[in-house]
Amino acid sequence: MRYDYVGVLIYLVLAVGFVLIGMTAQRFVSKFLRTNKPSAAKLSPYECGEEPVGGTSIRFNIRFYVMALVFIVFDVEIVLLFPWARVFTELYPYYRMTLFWDMLIFVGILALGLAYIWAKGDLEWVKTFRKHLSPAEKVARTPSKKEAV
Amino acid sequence: MGRGNRPVVKGDKAIRFWDIAVVIGVFAVVMQIVPLLVWAERRISALIQDRVGPNRVGPFGLFQPLADAIKLLFKEDVIPDGADRFLFVLAPALAFFPAAMTATVIPFGAPMLIGGEMLQLQVCRGNVGMMLFMALTGLSVYGIAFGGWASNNKYAMLGSLRASAQVLSYEIAMGIALVSVFMTSQSVDLNTIVADQTGTWMGFVPKWNVLKQPLAFVIFFIAAFAETNRLPFDLAECEAELVGGYHTEYSSMKFSLFFLAEYAAMFSSCCMITTLFLGGWSFPGMPAGETGKLFSLLTVAVFFTKVAVLLFFFIVVRWTLPRFRFDQLMHLGWKTLIPLGLANIAATGVAAQL
Repeated sequence: MRYDYVGVLIYLVLAVGFVLIGMTAQRFVSKFLRTNKPSAAKLSPYECGEEPVGGTSIRFNIRFYVMALVFIVFDVEIVLLFPWARVFTELYPYYRMTLFWDMLIFVGILALGLAYIWAKGDLEWVKTFRKHLSPAEKVARTPSKKEAV
Repeated sequence: MGRGNRPVVKGDKAIRFWDIAVVIGVFAVVMQIVPLLVWAERRISALIQDRVGPNRVGPFGLFQPLADAIKLLFKEDVIPDGADRFLFVLAPALAFFPAAMTATVIPFGAPMLIGGEMLQLQVCRGNVGMMLFMALTGLSVYGIAFGGWASNNKYAMLGSLRASAQVLSYEIAMGIALVSVFMTSQSVDLNTIVADQTGTWMGFVPKWNVLKQPLAFVIFFIAAFAETNRLPFDLAECEAELVGGYHTEYSSMKFSLFFLAEYAAMFSSCCMITTLFLGGWSFPGMPAGETGKLFSLLTVAVFFTKVAVLLFFFIVVRWTLPRFRFDQLMHLGWKTLIPLGLANIAATGVAAQL
């Protein structure tokens, strides 16, 4: 057991060595061979040839944040499911049954959570607020065909 | 080989020459398979689009990737204004390590008897290789996220945001598909999973997990496409909207590292699908308990044949299917694959009770 993961460590050293040698060679050795003519236009962030407008700290869709939150919950669930999947078929039928129902309830609660955010529309990437409006408001906000054209 | 009695390598002894040879061999294979894959991708795409493709450098254009690599090394190395220089340099390396290291958990062939001792053709000998695989898959987000964020470019930023959300979403689908495989094979150890898939039904149908767990196979396969950012899920770098996505500002060696990472991840995923669902290095009609060197090499050949078929499929899919829209991608992941995977776990659990 002690040496089970030494191979992974050696592999990591190989990979790090490859990257370090490659980066160093690229940075210092081939500097004498390659062109190096930085200019203001070349160093500006690429924006299809136009002058960049504004900074990169743009507002991004809040959905990304919701996804990350839901991901954490489900990832923890999977970590719990791995050892469960390993042991559960080896048990005696009675315990197996118990363990199965335990896990089914646990996964069921999480599935309920998924169903909840699904119903709330948080899995919709393009969220529409129209279903929360009253019918009268919906009519008021629907553009007539003339306007739409 | 029955369940649970995987070929044991004695634990408490120093690592031997052949073990290190295996490590270096696997690393060499991963590094060599990438240029071959690039070449194969360009030739097959040319075939599909009725072009010739690269055919000038070396026989059949085989040295084209080498020429490209040399060209990339001599390109100017541009770091854009306002970029976070440290993260900008770190990101390609962070993308490369997990992609290359996933191959460590794969058993590439049957253990062979060499110098009186069993040698496993696998780098990571521990029995929780799958945990390492999941951890490395999770880490692969960082390279892309840092690369996009550090570039100080709006396209790169958007690309990395998309890639992060995509990889995170499909990692769950992947994990859920894995759980049902573990339930069938009763192990999280890849050697045992392969041993569990040896043998046949009725003499000719191999006992592969793809037949025991077809739904898990489909989910894992789709998730593998999304995890490797391949078409039809390459929204992280879709050239029609985001120029190059997270590697828009990268050039020279740093770009080639991203490139390497992408293809290494593709190779590792195919190895993983082969091991989990297509019987790994085993083949129907295989003699049990054989430990000869030639037999071991034969199993390695069988393994790589299966991987090659999968890689061919990956490439053909890329050049025949159009790209998903981002909301479709998310809906497929969260509303289809994850509920299906959960239902599959429940069904597997019920089947185990019978």
